[in-house]
Amino acid sequence: MKILWFAWLRTRVGTATENVDPPASVDDVAKLLDWLAARSPGHAEALAKREVVRVAVNQEYVKLDHPVTKGDEIAIFPPVTGG
Amino acid sequence: MAIRVQREDFDVGTELDALTRGRTDIGALTSFVGLVRDMGGEAKIGAMTLEHYQGMTEKELAAVEREANARWKLSATLIVHRYGRLEPGDRIVLCAAASPHREAAFEACHFLIDWLKTKAPFWKLEDTPQGEKWVEAKADDDRAADRWRNPA
Repeated sequence: MKILWFAWLRTRVGTATENVDPPASVDDVAKLLDWLAARSPGHAEALAKREVVRVAVNQEYVKLDHPVTKGDEIAIFPPVTGG
Repeated sequence: MAIRVQREDFDVGTELDALTRGRTDIGALTSFVGLVRDMGGEAKIGAMTLEHYQGMTEKELAAVEREANARWKLSATLIVHRYGRLEPGDRIVLCAAASPHREAAFEACHFLIDWLKTKAPFWKLEDTPQGEKWVEAKADDDRAADRWRNPA
């Protein structure tokens, strides 16, 4: 699956895009965030405060229990500040 | 209905003219223009860079516009949002709503900007004397959007 990082989460992780292949047990957003947080200290730091982390699966806002599968585009970002 | 996401500036008069040109059913046209201020919280900012999630941004803005058209009887709507590097005084966003009567146009325009601020995936990075700083989301923006959560 393709992970997209934005804003200060991107600067903590150190990359805008990652292609990852988590185990089949990682089947929802919450488990994916846990799995990603273990990838590097930067990932852990980016995901340390989960209450300020927003997730979109295939460009739609989702909650933590939303399923994830291979081929999904998963964007992870802080609360938006446009306008 | 139209939305645009662009790096370039826009001309407010040209945009509003285009929205109503040739139409004789529109009695009211309202617009909101957001500008870059030179103060970010306590710090004076030199410039800012707007990052966005291309693809999702367009989908979210279109959804905001669709929702406005579902709630009010509107003749035309427009959202133009810029991204990239912007300086104090620069235009960031234009929302416009046209309707036969002013009430719907005023309310819908207010809704467009309040709703997009909490939905559209943009993030502001400010240049401050202390270095680059990501703007934090404001609780005020959530409250502003909340008032539209339960339509009358």
